[in-house]
Amino acid sequence: MATTPKALTIAIAGNPNCGKTTLFNHLTGARQRVGNFSGVTVTRKEGVVHHKGWKLTFVDLPGTYSLSSQTPDELVCREYIHNERPDIILNVLDAGNLERNLFLTTQLIEMDVPRVYVFNMIDEAQAKGIQIDTARFAELLDGPVVETVGRVGKGLDQLLDAIVGRCESGCVQRHIAIPLESHLRDAVEQIHAGVLEQLGAHEPNHRWLAIKLLEGDKVIIKQLSAHAKLLAQAKLLRDELESTYDEEIGILLADARYGFIFGLIRETVGEVHRHEGPRASVTDTIDALLLNRVLGLPILLGLLWLMFQGTFTLGAYPMEWIDAGVGALGDWLQATLTPGLVRDLVIEGVLGGLGGIVIFLPNILLLFLFIAFFETTGYLARAAFLVDRLMHGIGLHGKAFIPLLMGFGCNVPAIMATRTIENPRDRLVTILINPFMSCSARLPVYVLIAGIFFADMAGTVVFLMHLIGVLVSMGAALLLKRTLFQGEADAFVLELPPYRLPTLRSLMLHMWERAVQFLKKMGGIILVGSILIWFLQAFPRDVQLDTDYAAAIAQVEAQVSEPAQRDAQVAELERQRDADLQQARYLGRLGQAVQPVFEPLGFDWRATIALLTGFVAKEVVVSTFGVLYRVGGEVDEEDASLRAAMSGAMSPLVAFAFMVYTLLYMPCLATIAAIRRETLSWGWTFFSMGFSLGIAWVLAFLVIKVGGWLL
Amino acid sequence: MSALSAPTLAQMQRGQVALVVRITGDNRLKLRLAEMGFVRGAEVRVEQAAPFGNPRIYTIRGYRISLRNEEAEQILVAVPEEG
Ligand SMILES: Nc1nc2c(ncn2[C@@H]2O[C@H](COP(=O)(O)OP(=O)(O)OP(=O)(O)O)[C@@H](O)[C@H]2O)c(=O)[nH]1
Repeated sequence: MATTPKALTIAIAGNPNCGKTTLFNHLTGARQRVGNFSGVTVTRKEGVVHHKGWKLTFVDLPGTYSLSSQTPDELVCREYIHNERPDIILNVLDAGNLERNLFLTTQLIEMDVPRVYVFNMIDEAQAKGIQIDTARFAELLDGPVVETVGRVGKGLDQLLDAIVGRCESGCVQRHIAIPLESHLRDAVEQIHAGVLEQLGAHEPNHRWLAIKLLEGDKVIIKQLSAHAKLLAQAKLLRDELESTYDEEIGILLADARYGFIFGLIRETVGEVHRHEGPRASVTDTIDALLLNRVLGLPILLGLLWLMFQGTFTLGAYPMEWIDAGVGALGDWLQATLTPGLVRDLVIEGVLGGLGGIVIFLPNILLLFLFIAFFETTGYLARAAFLVDRLMHGIGLHGKAFIPLLMGFGCNVPAIMATRTIENPRDRLVTILINPFMSCSARLPVYVLIAGIFFADMAGTVVFLMHLIGVLVSMGAALLLKRTLFQGEADAFVLELPPYRLPTLRSLMLHMWERAVQFLKKMGGIILVGSILIWFLQAFPRDVQLDTDYAAAIAQVEAQVSEPAQRDAQVAELERQRDADLQQARYLGRLGQAVQPVFEPLGFDWRATIALLTGFVAKEVVVSTFGVLYRVGGEVDEEDASLRAAMSGAMSPLVAFAFMVYTLLYMPCLATIAAIRRETLSWGWTFFSMGFSLGIAWVLAFLVIKVGGWLL
Repeated sequence: MSALSAPTLAQMQRGQVALVVRITGDNRLKLRLAEMGFVRGAEVRVEQAAPFGNPRIYTIRGYRISLRNEEAEQILVAVPEEG
């Protein structure tokens, strides 16, 4: 099948919320390949469908309102169509909201790629009483029109037929021009002639390029920088027109496009429908409650509380299973592999590292399930609307709120969720401040330390840590916006779609997609990191210890006859040996070497080593303390003997500083992987690490100084 | 009414309907608004506001959109004659 000559590539284009994803999911089912458009973090989804002997490859372009190059999404769409020239563009339109949806169409028709039009959500349009003369529409815009209901998959066969039919009939596209005022039209014609002369007629999008040049599109100007004469001609015409009309070309063109749309709708629908129909009255009723001036924010908080509660209570069960599974696999490996370095590497390095990450998968999936639900119902946009004022105070967009909040659960999905923020600068700031939101993995550390040193107000201290995290991330946002990311804040031009119920199927697909992304992309770097840490903990192999533990253990075994007592003493000796080994190995040496850095903060070498291991995942700090304080392998934050051992080792003030430091220092390995993935830059990844290490040190130092001065 | 003395969309009250006259100020936002349908002659209705009175929701061309008041201030409007 792969070599069939009857293969087509079909790009799906449409506005956000037009039901594109639902339609794509219905067409391709789970046979999707999810990746990225090269060089950017815009998700690219592909799926193959066979129909009547044709192999149809669908590429789901990001949903956009336009093809100007204002957002990464728009640029991706445009470059894809311009450079890769799909055989067909499937233009999905929300039939109940044609006027605005057709704006994108007026730009697509300039690119002269054969088109098939989809009137999706035809159910809603009909409920509004809209009747569309599809035959007339097909004639005017030269392309078959198919009516669909994406939610239930109605009209999909006709859609596939239309695509195949479009190509069997030759796949040519009649050029359709938006009528322009004579001055504008003349200018486009002149530049068009220039483009043909200088770039040659083989340039596929000559007419479109002419319009873009007249608009003064920066990306196109840069691409054509070799053609100075052409650029100069375009600039001259642009300046002339802009002074004649006292308006920018982009605006004049938008005027013309909406004029064209008005005419088109008059011909095909009759009147231009602007009343909103029954769906709107349902939406109005819900909004009257959810967007209420007084109740809106409390309801949002309540829903978010439900989301976290649901994530962690429902997630606890599969987490136990995974934990048990990983444990069983470890035991099995332990029994099967021959003892030695390889076994240690596999069990402690690979399984230990990956197991520690996979355990968060249920939480991540559930969190994304909730987010996907909020997003597809239309509530996410409303949440951004409700909190925009607060977020604007720290220079961010309302949309940054959800990723920040998700950070309380786990920073990894939170950073992945920043993809909803359009402005790259705001998105980067949101990513960089996210690790300061105290994730759930840091909780065991607080519980342990607050439990020891602040036993009667542990809850308050834990709450305080979360609060410090929020304040630091707000401060960091302000700082970054004032220094590295100066410039105007993003505008808040946000569509609030009517409330719609998503299908279970599309929610599941969404979750599945995230899971694959998480496992695939995080796997590599986490594996490497875990093996590295394991290596530092396991080497050098033979170290000279001051005490001869083997002899001491042999002695105990020979002399103590009572079994329980003997085992206890042996175990105690083994723990002491492990702790001594920890100290002697590279990681221990490293801990001792960098400990002077932490001297002003009052952290001893044990705390330092614990922090170093916490780099893999922050809860590891607890188990490292367990090893270092010689209380046995498997400890958790509730362990009484560990508590007793630690209570003498630090002052409460140092303990508090230690918690602050743990909260803020270095994102964990998985988060670093996510940052690298979402920023596509090692530079910003290292910046994030250095930035947080610096802030952590300074704040912990302040705690020590101010605390010492107060007490 | 001349464009200069025209009221802005931000001055309109909830429930009021206005016609877009022109968008002033910054290019990026201007183009975005035009693409979303805020071009000369478009009809806009003011809907509810967020908890702190900002941003607000508007209905234009049969769909809902929210804008901060700072942004709505850049949109000059005319109030159609009653009746
Ligand atoms: N009534 C109705 N609802 C639909 C139809 N198609 C999709 N929906 C719903 O519309 C909502 C949005 O659909 P999506 O597929 O997420 O929209 P999208 O265009 O992919 O949106 P973006 O992901 O923002 O680009 C979901 O709740 C769908 O269930 C339809 O034909 N009729």
